[in-house]
Amino acid sequence: MPLKSKDLLGLEYLDKKEIELILDTARPFKDLFTRSIKKVPTLRGKTVVNLFYEPSTRTRTSFEIAAKRLSADLVNIAVSTSSVVKGESLIDTGKTFEAMKADFIVIRHSLAGAPAVLARNLNASIINAGDGFHEHPSQGLLDLFTIREKKKRIAGLKILLVGDILHSRVAKSNIWGLTKLGAEVRVVGPPTLIPYKIEELGVKVYYDIEKALEGVDVINILRIQLERQQESLFPSVHEYIELFQMNKERLKFAKPDALIMHPGPMNRGIEISSDVADSANAVINEQVTNGIAVRMAVLYLLSAKKR
Amino acid sequence: MKLLIRGGLVVDPETKLNNISDILINNGRIEQVKNGIKADGAVEIDAKGKVVIPGLIDVHTHLREPGHEEEETIASGTRAAAHGGVTSVFCMPNTHPPLDNAPAVEFVLLKAQKEGIVNVFPIGCITKGSNGEELAEIGVLKKSGIIAISDDGNTVMNSQVMRRALEYTKMFDIPVISHCEDTALTKNGVMNEGYTSMVLGLRGIPTHSEDIIVSRDIMLAELSSGHLHIAHVSTKESVDLIRQAKKRKIKVTAETCPHYFSLTEEDVKKTNYDTNTKMKPPLRTREDVSAIIEGLKDGTIDCIATDHAPHTIEEKNKEYDLAPFGIIGLETLLSLVVTELVNKKVMTLSEAVSKMTINPARIFNLKDRGSLKKGNIADITIIDIKKNYVIRKEDFVSKSKNSPFVGRTLAGFVEKTIVGGEVVWPIKEETNR
Ligand SMILES: [Zn+2]
Ligand SMILES: [Zn+2]
Repeated sequence: MPLKSKDLLGLEYLDKKEIELILDTARPFKDLFTRSIKKVPTLRGKTVVNLFYEPSTRTRTSFEIAAKRLSADLVNIAVSTSSVVKGESLIDTGKTFEAMKADFIVIRHSLAGAPAVLARNLNASIINAGDGFHEHPSQGLLDLFTIREKKKRIAGLKILLVGDILHSRVAKSNIWGLTKLGAEVRVVGPPTLIPYKIEELGVKVYYDIEKALEGVDVINILRIQLERQQESLFPSVHEYIELFQMNKERLKFAKPDALIMHPGPMNRGIEISSDVADSANAVINEQVTNGIAVRMAVLYLLSAKKR
Repeated sequence: MKLLIRGGLVVDPETKLNNISDILINNGRIEQVKNGIKADGAVEIDAKGKVVIPGLIDVHTHLREPGHEEEETIASGTRAAAHGGVTSVFCMPNTHPPLDNAPAVEFVLLKAQKEGIVNVFPIGCITKGSNGEELAEIGVLKKSGIIAISDDGNTVMNSQVMRRALEYTKMFDIPVISHCEDTALTKNGVMNEGYTSMVLGLRGIPTHSEDIIVSRDIMLAELSSGHLHIAHVSTKESVDLIRQAKKRKIKVTAETCPHYFSLTEEDVKKTNYDTNTKMKPPLRTREDVSAIIEGLKDGTIDCIATDHAPHTIEEKNKEYDLAPFGIIGLETLLSLVVTELVNKKVMTLSEAVSKMTINPARIFNLKDRGSLKKGNIADITIIDIKKNYVIRKEDFVSKSKNSPFVGRTLAGFVEKTIVGGEVVWPIKEETNR
């Protein structure tokens, strides 16, 4: 069973079966990492373009390694956001790469819907590597993969997302994926950082972190963007730490074996204390490893989709 | 020259006409409306099987000239109007430079006279440069030919300035048209705030941003007893506020646009971020749409206007956040009204037509227009109400093609548009004018 779409735009658009297929496909790719030669010829002759309108070393490098381990050719393009407004249009840029026979365009953009615009206009497979406040599907998939690997299941688990839900594409992709696979998802944060109508996605909203933590199996801590303070979304970093920082004391309210996750990069001492980040329950570094396996699975499955 | 429109079903809300009649036009005015007119030497138009209505009056059009002629000009915009059965357009003053001074207004009128094919009635600015601070020379503007004032595109956020505008205009008997948007609440927003914006990850514009200013301006209209006209109503709460205000005899009138009764925020998602669903105010929820329809039915909303806002393909073919707000509307106005309101039995054709003819004429004091009364100027539209047709980009005569209705099948095809007794649509030859 292949994926239905030529593109990966978000977990909203995948059904449960497709998500499971990607996770299952990632498994053998991860096993490959323990071998001395970590490369397979699967995508030989294919070209992947990493088109990043927003800097993100992590995601870009992860896609780069994934592509290379599948033997694809890779081009990295960094576009500064300032040139977006005045310069060449997104569609023209995409068409240029298509003319150069790009098979995949991995796009990171600060504006929601930018990957959808490309997908509509191009034949190449478009992979959303994060668009505005919309989705970050490969991150969502690697989080699902990590949870399933550690907990052996997803259905029935209680999973808490902490912090800036409003501006988090990671949260959005997590919510779609986790709820489709049967988990109970909770979000907690200041009301100004909780999106309007989020409950309609089937999640429970909390403002009290201790209550929110009760009985949870997984805690996914989101990065706080410090500039949100200037938009009056929270009064100060100090107050945020007081109310929402994940620290050892608070961790006691969760299940003892609760997984600690963070999409990175972390603001240590702000949304997460160092002792929690480095605790035995933390799987933050494994998330990074799993990211490569999941992205290989995505490239592999989309390459089977011929246009 | 005499023109005889023969055998059409004449529907005129003002004179309550709704039967097969002939219309005789002499010297640009309506001379006779009755069955079996004999007129030797008159040019005849056969309207059998067609519906004949007063020419439509669009109280909210952006013609873009001067300043953005790549989007639309007075020449192209009036042709788009004629194509849509619109015989009079009220053009908004947010041009470059804006219509905040007499020479600018005179330029538009002169251009319209030379290059326009339908009537153009300019709207002047409320404030100088439309910056919301100091009143424009409204009296001078009135003398140069404006029929209302508006800072459309911007809200007069200073309540004292808005109060003065409503007070000052009482001596000219012209409405103050309010673009209701609390700009602090709409900042950075690109679509309606709600479930869909959350899922799409787009910044939201809450309905309250409209409701707050509607509410404030109604209070200011009460305070000043000036005439407030509310542009492009899009929310349930606004409809309620206007309904209550009318009950309290406050001098308030209102318009909505076809997209607010035919599309919802879900269309942004259905079209996968198509920027032709991006406008201000944004497309709202189904509940708002029902309230708008209710408001049209019970008379709370007086007019249906286009808010025709042309933007080039280059401007619109972008990421959702980067594209400008606005869609064109002149060429789909009547068909959307017929398809969404008349054919769905929300209101009769006569009731629907009144929102685009006699109501605008009354509200904006247009003499001799808006109805097929004897003696009136012969602005007339002939439509084939049963004909279904597909909206195609290639058929638009507007310079811009930014319509979310492309590809839709609509009813109510404009056969002929007559302005001052002359057929302006279909356009015969460009050299004829
Ligand atoms: Zn407006
Ligand atoms: Zn407007």
